[in-house]
Amino acid sequence: MKALCWFGKHDVRVETVPDPVILNPHDCIVKITRTAICGSDLHLYDGYIPTMEQGDILGHEFMGEVVEVGTDVKQRKIGDRVVVPFTIACGSCYFCKQQLWSLCDNSNPNAAIAEALYGYSGSALFGYSHIYGGYAGGQAQYVRVPFADVGPLKIESDLPDDKVLFLSDIFPTGYMAAENCDIKDGDVVCVWGCGPVGQFAIRSAKMLGAGKVIAIDRIPERLKLAQEGGAEIVNYEHAPDLIETLKELTGGRGPDACIDAVGMESHGHGIDWYSDRAKQMLGASFDRPFALRQCIQSCRKGGVVSIPGVYGGFLDNFPFGAAFGKGLTFRMGQTHMMRYMKKLLDHVERGEIDPSVIITHRLPLQNAPDGYSTFLKKQDNCIKVVLDPWGEGGNA
Amino acid sequence: MNLKHSRSSGERTLNGRLKSIQPWAAIVGGGALAAYGLSRKSVGGAALAAVGTFGAIAGARRGTLPATAIHVQKTFTIDRPAQELYNYWHNFENLPHFMRHLKSVTTHGRYSHWTANGPMGVPVVWDAELLDEKPGEYLVWRSLPGSGISNRGSVEFRPASNGSGTEVTVALTYRNPGGKLGAAMAKLLGGEPEQQVREDLRRFKALMEAGEIPTVVGQPEGRRSKMVAMMHATKQPEATQRVRKGPRKETSPAGLQPKYTGTQFGGAR
Repeated sequence: MKALCWFGKHDVRVETVPDPVILNPHDCIVKITRTAICGSDLHLYDGYIPTMEQGDILGHEFMGEVVEVGTDVKQRKIGDRVVVPFTIACGSCYFCKQQLWSLCDNSNPNAAIAEALYGYSGSALFGYSHIYGGYAGGQAQYVRVPFADVGPLKIESDLPDDKVLFLSDIFPTGYMAAENCDIKDGDVVCVWGCGPVGQFAIRSAKMLGAGKVIAIDRIPERLKLAQEGGAEIVNYEHAPDLIETLKELTGGRGPDACIDAVGMESHGHGIDWYSDRAKQMLGASFDRPFALRQCIQSCRKGGVVSIPGVYGGFLDNFPFGAAFGKGLTFRMGQTHMMRYMKKLLDHVERGEIDPSVIITHRLPLQNAPDGYSTFLKKQDNCIKVVLDPWGEGGNA
Repeated sequence: MNLKHSRSSGERTLNGRLKSIQPWAAIVGGGALAAYGLSRKSVGGAALAAVGTFGAIAGARRGTLPATAIHVQKTFTIDRPAQELYNYWHNFENLPHFMRHLKSVTTHGRYSHWTANGPMGVPVVWDAELLDEKPGEYLVWRSLPGSGISNRGSVEFRPASNGSGTEVTVALTYRNPGGKLGAAMAKLLGGEPEQQVREDLRRFKALMEAGEIPTVVGQPEGRRSKMVAMMHATKQPEATQRVRKGPRKETSPAGLQPKYTGTQFGGAR
């Protein structure tokens, strides 16, 4: 089959590799009909996530058709059309039983590595480095999916792939980010980053009763899409003192909740941003938490900072005094996918939200390397790239 | 651990025999183990160094600890009833499913014959006996006198304090016989007994809770660099997994259309 493999910083290639096979009794094999490049894939593409190895197959947002099932698979059947969540969960450990699916105890074969770095290991993820399990990802024609009865969500309706594909990660991720804000009617929620997760966080915050959502970015087309989603927008490049701007927009109180939908590769300006960037380039630190610092600084007293953006290592110049002094609550982590997938599918099926509005680029898998480059550089108004694993290569 | 399990006479038990070793041996042996552990420059090595140092210090202070005995203890909470976990472990023939260094165990009543994957593909064998047991609570076994690898193990099952599952503690003690056999044993343990016991117990947990042990050995991958390929070559499939038998029959390379095509490609928004 064809699969997109990682070879190093800014070096991904479509290769011909063996087809996946069933390895464990609860596995299934999915023939992928649609897959996407996630903003968090760019952290791999930029080489900021440790424990990547040459030849790793990327991709954790995908859906398709079940073509083979393991001996102990009970619910999923050959021919089922499924969306596969990016987290891998066993469904039977303490954490899965508590609905903390992304903290599953039993899916990461490399749990020892994660333990050494983090104390304990979270669940494994598809196509996201060896510390997260080293599972082959879904920017490919086929994928092996462990615990087929736990993760994959069966799609019974005839909604097109593009409308349900994002249930695999970014829609639930944006939703959980908003849910983590404990929104009360009329609350002001501020979202840093208007990429795909930010867009879904904005729309979810509105769904959950936020009175006002303020969206921050610098890319005009992303801000425009945020505005279409119901947000008031702030272009931070035109707001030299962002904290003061937000104060004015919130009656002097500050946002009730702040969402960092940017993560470890934040852009910004000012001395601390240049310092973060330099350290990251030198390999002295993994993460540059510029947006996160602003979240903490601008959040109202007693507010919530919700972090769907990905962080991998250590944070420098983290304003912990501000967080403590204002009694902030922090909520974060990989998304507990199975809590949200069915519920959000219902929203899509009822026509209340159309997740496909964020798609700007549709390419055959063969052209995925161009897709990565375009997405990284935010060229050609790129917000979201979806891939057809079976499309013919050539000009997209 | 507070197990009462000395069924045999003190002379014949592992501890009994170890006690007869002179304190100076503990000091020298412990020091050597510490040096070896430090030379490993790894977590397991550090543990070994810690064990060795402890042995040397304790040997110097009290003169009672065994020479180069390696003691490892690890605890995991497993979300299954104690009796169920006990039953699985009680049949020692199940142990190779999750203990990687074991090739097979055959049982004959209280006695068992263990075969481990030794260095250079040469199996290492020993006989053991079940010393003590309490259904649903604990099991204690030890190698029989005359076994090449002198070892003793116990597993204890206690209800977890949060009411969810069972705390499982495994304790293993190996006595290093020194010489060639000692070297072989060190290799068998990978020089990192801490890590080995921890990973065995983690696999046991996955098997009991999820019904399988997670693995990626045998999945597709792109071309690996030589170094990565070498690293991966040491990864073994789990004993419980289906070993890959070549490509799927219904392989359909490019050309075959998927059943669900979704919306048409090509039209940008």
